[in-house]
Amino acid sequence: MSQTVSKTPPPIAMDEKMKEIMTNYYIEAKTASDSGKRVAWITSGGPVEPLIAMDIIPVYPENHGAMIGASKMGGSLCEQAEAMGYSGDICSYARADIASAVTCGGPIGGLPRPDMLIACNNICGTVIKWYEVLARYYDAPLFIFDTPMCHTDYPEESKRYVQRQVHEYVSFLEQVTGRKLDQDKMEEVGRLSLEAQRLWQAVLDTATARPSPMTAFDGFYHLALIVTLRGTRVAVDYYRDLLAEMEDRVAKGIGAVPNERYRLMWDNLPIWYRLKWLSKKFAAHDAALVADTYNTAWCRSLRYIDENDFLGSMAEGYTRMYLNIGVDQMADTIIEMAEKYSVDGLVMHSNRSCKPYSFGQYDIQRMVRERLDIPCLIIESHMIDERSFSEAQTETRIDAFMELVEEKNQCKER
Amino acid sequence: MHPATATEKGTFMNELDHFQEAAKNPEGYGKNLKASGRPVIGCLCSYAPEELIHAAGAHPMRLFGTKEAIVNADGHLQTYCCSLAKGVLENTLTGRLSFLDGAVFPHTCDTIQRLSDIWRLNTDYDFFADVVYPVKLNTQSALDYTVDIFERFKKNLESWSGQSLSEADLTRSIEIFNSIRDQLAEIYRMRSKDPACLSGSLLSSVVKGSMILDRDELPERLFRLRKEIEEGRYAVPGNERKKRLIVAGSLCDHPDFFSILEESDGVVVWDDLCTGSRYFDETVDIGVPPLEAIARRYVERRRPCPAKHLSNTARGEALAAMAEEHKASGVIFFLLKFCDPHAFDYPYLKEYLETRNVSVTLVEVENQLPPEGQLKTRLETFIHML
Ligand code: SF4
Ligand code: SF4
Repeated sequence: MSQTVSKTPPPIAMDEKMKEIMTNYYIEAKTASDSGKRVAWITSGGPVEPLIAMDIIPVYPENHGAMIGASKMGGSLCEQAEAMGYSGDICSYARADIASAVTCGGPIGGLPRPDMLIACNNICGTVIKWYEVLARYYDAPLFIFDTPMCHTDYPEESKRYVQRQVHEYVSFLEQVTGRKLDQDKMEEVGRLSLEAQRLWQAVLDTATARPSPMTAFDGFYHLALIVTLRGTRVAVDYYRDLLAEMEDRVAKGIGAVPNERYRLMWDNLPIWYRLKWLSKKFAAHDAALVADTYNTAWCRSLRYIDENDFLGSMAEGYTRMYLNIGVDQMADTIIEMAEKYSVDGLVMHSNRSCKPYSFGQYDIQRMVRERLDIPCLIIESHMIDERSFSEAQTETRIDAFMELVEEKNQCKER
Repeated sequence: MHPATATEKGTFMNELDHFQEAAKNPEGYGKNLKASGRPVIGCLCSYAPEELIHAAGAHPMRLFGTKEAIVNADGHLQTYCCSLAKGVLENTLTGRLSFLDGAVFPHTCDTIQRLSDIWRLNTDYDFFADVVYPVKLNTQSALDYTVDIFERFKKNLESWSGQSLSEADLTRSIEIFNSIRDQLAEIYRMRSKDPACLSGSLLSSVVKGSMILDRDELPERLFRLRKEIEEGRYAVPGNERKKRLIVAGSLCDHPDFFSILEESDGVVVWDDLCTGSRYFDETVDIGVPPLEAIARRYVERRRPCPAKHLSNTARGEALAAMAEEHKASGVIFFLLKFCDPHAFDYPYLKEYLETRNVSVTLVEVENQLPPEGQLKTRLETFIHML
């Protein structure tokens, strides 16, 4: 231990590749009308595979929201939405996206006009209201993929209802595009989607190593493709290479945080406009955020989907998403992950933007404490509205929390 | 206000007093009912299928927030949670709802969705059920699914009560609730015709009281109440000259709001509130299998809660039609702070209504009404501009 040299690890080589892919993706999306392709706006947890199979370009307002946040343009866009009458208490993705639609604002001058809208409420009810706003504004057809909340289980009637909607969804797409879905292509896309999810999970699993080759902050960056391009070969190839790079780091003992001493877990969406600051802040305490509930949300459905019958099994996968289960199951998931990644503390982002992710956190915190005896920190903000963030207060709280983590660890060592 | 016949004559109370008492002290009423041997099931919103609860021999009672300080609920819900969800949780955690046998959570907004989990994990009543409604209402599969979830809820009730729920039980309950809804709608119509027949704050206690009082007695009570209103017992002369308004929002548990409004020269002639017309809008068809009939009422109603999707403009159309039908020149949006579904609809509804010459204003409340003077000035200004 005493021989570890404190030095910053080399940057992740795939970072550049990611930038390139995302730039191309947005260029393709923004020039879709020139190439005669249609554009669908879809929620982050929405069933995107049929779109890909039908050669429709999926665009994700939430990914756009994250970019807005990372470029610190969230505050001003949110403010514009408020001037339009939207309450400052609603999801900041929605506020920023609505303002950007109207003003063509944001880092890429707004998203390409949608030919159709797909809202899946497996993450929240907010997206229903948000997409209604978009449907009125763009006068575009809206398909709602309704995934009943699984408070304690996934009952038969939900199964039937969602399965019927898979067919309604395909008919909707066929009607809007005037084309038939090619079943073989659909199955191929389904396989690619699952393959990418498996690889992404494997990438995240490399963080079980000590020191961890990556942190959740790196994950938040590399997550973009599993959101926007799952179902494509590009995503599969990308995550295969990223996995190789991470495995290589593990083999060489390269840690994302030099002198990693403490391992933490993050809950909820990232605070997009403070990623770097937070990452440095924790690293200064020799703490690495090795696990989180957000990055893994896109691999959760793996266990429910049948590789050889994607359309027939995606209903369950998309319904039993992390945000669409009861608070107690969420706590179980967190505890399981905390054990798997051997974490010493839990950092919860109490996100004023996201009620379904945040309400219940206090109860989860209690359950985690009862079962794991690790310290827990709660930081409150709006994920992309930087006006809501108090740096001084957050800093003090992180310092106090890290002291607790250190103390606990010393006790353990003794 | 109205003559206090109970004390003067010592023989009977005004029918209205029963409603007011229940509205003022729902917990007290619930406790007594429970003591008389009737199980009581708390209902979270107007999507709770009360007919089924009633048919199972239990009393469905609407749950409201609290005027008391929030102490315990703060340990479970963040500061950015609406006062309804917080208040209901506070009431249960402090034991004020200990008379309940349980509660039913219809799925509506993200907040209620999580409140249901928190309630389930922190209380130990005998009965608990989620009724996970579809979010969209405009498809056959959504209707079929709604019938299915009622089927499940019925089974929940049966295994809890130990008795099977017959079609005849259900039909009887449907008839009772239809009568309640019809009569509440009739009182609203009387008042729209003559706003001086009853004050707005008393009307609000009639609706609230109806969500609390024993439903077996309620049709009779409402009948007598209508007679009393017709007799002019509650007349508030002058209301007929005031500016006619509509109030829209989630719930309004502030009778004072209506008084302040009437002092400001306005009068509410109809509403789109969860504690108003959304409770009694449209009845259940008889002659259709009962569960399907109940499902159809929720799925097909023209004025859904904003947490449900009927079409992109359903609420705008419904509100504009309401304003026209009741000759209202303005709509007051009475919104709870941190209530997402309503907050999302507000900008479009405002624009939709204003382009149709209906004026709009917004009153946002957290737990309490804004200070009276301030509220009055705002309302007066709005009303005088009409
Ligand atoms: S941040 Fe939360 S509320 Fe906003 S769109 Fe995502 S899941 Fe919905
Ligand atoms: S609909 Fe609004 S007022 Fe009702 S519980 Fe949800 S957030 Fe609260």
